[in-house]
Amino acid sequence: MARTLINVPATAKRGEVVEIKALISHPMETGFRTGSDGALIPRDIIHRFACTYNGEEVFSADLFPAITANPFITFTTVAEESGEIALSWTDDQGNTQTETAKITVGQDPVE
Amino acid sequence: MTVRRSSLAAAVILLAGTALASDTDRRSGFDFMGPQTQAMQADDTANPGMLSVLDGEDLWNTPAGAANRSCADCHGDAATSMRGVATRYPSYDEKAKAPITLDQRILQCRADRQEAPPLAWESPDLLALSAYVAHQSRGLPVETGADPQLTPFIDQGRELFTQRQGQLDFSCADCHDANWGKRLGGAVIPQAHPTGYPIYRLEWQAMGSLQRRLRNCMAGVRAEPYGFGSPEHTELELFLMTRARGLPLETPGVRP
Amino acid sequence: MTTATRRDILRAGAALGVLLMVRPARATPVEMRVAIEAFTKGAPVSSGKVDLVLPPLVENGNSVPVTVNVAHWMRPDDHVKAVALFNEKNPQPNVAIFHLSHRAGRATVSTRIRLGDSQKIVAIAQLSDGTFWSDEAEVIVTLPACAES
Ligand code: HEC
Ligand code: HEC
Repeated sequence: MARTLINVPATAKRGEVVEIKALISHPMETGFRTGSDGALIPRDIIHRFACTYNGEEVFSADLFPAITANPFITFTTVAEESGEIALSWTDDQGNTQTETAKITVGQDPVE
Repeated sequence: MTVRRSSLAAAVILLAGTALASDTDRRSGFDFMGPQTQAMQADDTANPGMLSVLDGEDLWNTPAGAANRSCADCHGDAATSMRGVATRYPSYDEKAKAPITLDQRILQCRADRQEAPPLAWESPDLLALSAYVAHQSRGLPVETGADPQLTPFIDQGRELFTQRQGQLDFSCADCHDANWGKRLGGAVIPQAHPTGYPIYRLEWQAMGSLQRRLRNCMAGVRAEPYGFGSPEHTELELFLMTRARGLPLETPGVRP
Repeated sequence: MTTATRRDILRAGAALGVLLMVRPARATPVEMRVAIEAFTKGAPVSSGKVDLVLPPLVENGNSVPVTVNVAHWMRPDDHVKAVALFNEKNPQPNVAIFHLSHRAGRATVSTRIRLGDSQKIVAIAQLSDGTFWSDEAEVIVTLPACAES
């Protein structure tokens, strides 16, 4: 399993727009580089990334070789209810990984 | 390709008007970076070097070798036992009768205390352990070089730093003492204080040690780089750390 | 101790230039246009609403921070649906396509991208009403000194 750093606020007010950050250890091999033997190194990138909030997809991304090694992605979601935020991604070798974080949403809505 | 090469030649413009590095004007490589790269280092949730620190934390707690002991079995919580340790390295080793680097110290424990096979230089595991141990000293000032037994080795390191080398006939000091703050290609020449190691270097797209960084500088002037773990590297590192005394450690640093 | 002269340093810079890797073939502005048309299915693209934030001068093309903000509300019936990034000179014109729902709350995404050379980057947002909006930026990629050969 790739090392990851997922940042989701543990608590939020209902209706608050919260920022989610993901830093994932992955070589993001472009498929355009040659190895020391002169042969092309096969492409191996995370090509699909998605975020679900209590099971419903709220964000996703199709990624291409221009994304850096150890990709970093940030986006937002509205804190609607307490529950689980799950981030999952798939690379060219077919590896899929999911990381989850709990979010507790307070009763008071934001003004 | 042609475009890149000529744009580099055009970019090698030296900006005029910088002074020699004095004790009062010592700056980390961090200060010479653009705001985006600084932000990447400053935010632990955005700093790719933290991935390695977290790997190191796992390794710290995992039993290894014939002794089947983890680092934590002997050293406990690294936040306490390793706090400040990296600020004193390289330090004098009684057995070797010479200075050893933090990596060498970790490898010693791995060999003698864990009875585990050695980790290769620049291997992700060695970098991770080193990053995890050095991270415990983040923010603390460098203290390397206080031990008088180190003096001859520091002198030797200074010698290596000031001697001209390579086909281009440059010394480290030519760039890092006499021309810091000026541009070389796209890069600003820093003062070469090794305060962030191991670092996540954007050029490498990975973590790397100070030795790897120094080898890049030696390759840059067309000199034969010293081998990993060689006495020359330890002496240069010792000199550089002594020269950086008082500056805070930053591990994991991010550099272009 | 001797001090390096300006010419010495220039010499070092020139030599460092020779150490650069050979880069693979790159996309062209035409390929970028084709990739954009594949995303918009040929619909017209207006400039506006989108703010593409990139450092004007980047220190290393291996990692260029990019943020896209779209100034449009995120209501269930009227929101930003997708944000796509394109480049002119990497081997492939696509960089990323982000799919958003109104539950994003705000249309702001960030990532880090690789740029093999100085070039133009284009961000295009697709709204739920089927319209497309864009912004573009020129980025100057400087070269690292003392890289590995
Ligand atoms: C031709 C000029 C030049 C010479 C000679 C040179 N360096 Fe460097 N050095 C640089 C530049 C430029 C950088 C920054 C590179 C970058 O950001 O891409 C650098 C970076 C460094 C760093 C990293 C500092 C940090 O903030 O992490 C250290 C340490 C260093 N050099 C040490 C040395 C040593 C030791 C030598 C001699 C063996 C040496 N350099 C020779 C130009 C030089
Ligand atoms: C069996 C017990 C044991 C294990 C396991 C062990 N160490 Fe140590 N370590 C020691 C002892 C005892 C010392 C100090 C005495 C000495 O000089 O050997 C030490 C010293 C050190 C030091 C130097 C501290 C200083 O103040 O200079 C470092 C760094 C270190 N160990 C790191 C590690 C790491 C990393 C691991 C796991 C890979 C590890 N050790 C595993 C017993 C152990």
